Amino acid sequence: MFLLGVIGVLTRRNVVIILMSIELILNAVNLNLVAFSRMWGGLHGQVFAIFIITDAAAEAAVGLGILIAFFRNKETVNVDEVNLLKW
Amino acid sequence: MTPVATPFFFYLLAATMIIGGLLVITSKNAVHSALALITALLAQAMIYLMLYAPFVAGVQIILYAGGIMVLFLFVIMLINLERTQKERQFNKQWLVGLAAAGALGFLFVSIYLKGKRLFPAGNASYPETQNTQAIANLLFDRRGGTYMFPFEIASLLLLVAIIGAVVMAKKRI
Repeated sequence: MFLLGVIGVLTRRNVVIILMSIELILNAVNLNLVAFSRMWGGLHGQVFAIFIITDAAAEAAVGLGILIAFFRNKETVNVDEVNLLKW
Repeated sequence: MTPVATPFFFYLLAATMIIGGLLVITSKNAVHSALALITALLAQAMIYLMLYAPFVAGVQIILYAGGIMVLFLFVIMLINLERTQKERQFNKQWLVGLAAAGALGFLFVSIYLKGKRLFPAGNASYPETQNTQAIANLLFDRRGGTYMFPFEIASLLLLVAIIGAVVMAKKRI
């Protein structure tokens, strides 16, 4: 799952799909945490997974806000067009 | 009473998650990607149930599949994506990206194979009827549970994220 998310982030041009691939990466990490929390007893892994879900919600909100502002200026959602800072 | 169908359900849910992930990164339509991600998240919630973590499964369904993905679908609806379906979908450097991901995967597999002996086998038996209570003990204990401080910091983070998202999406600051 982690690799699928990484491939999605690295190869797609559409910004929305890049953000969704980042969510895939976070989910893979969550699954790992909960599985190890089951294997070794103790609920710390699950509590940390809940915090990661909260954090992913905040980051998705801010990322989508940036995307909306970006789309309002350039009318496109390709990341290849984000070249205002290039020399 | 040992459950007899556990490996079958695990493989079914794992295959659903992987196919959902593949559909997320390879479909032309963004709405198809969002729906594939929702199915992957629901399959993951079922795996959490199999791992004796019902609270995390509930949080995932409500927050992730019910909140974040709805947010994604709203934004996909707001930005007009019809034109981008005719363009190229993958980067110019997709081959390098695939090679980098392959190297990372090789690293993961080699770490797993080498390090399997290092960790203790583990004992996994705690009742799942008390799961929410036990998580609440860790978070909210009267004398300050272990995770009280990160809990307050998370609320601060959410406040900052709300302010940031509103500022980003305003027309005139």
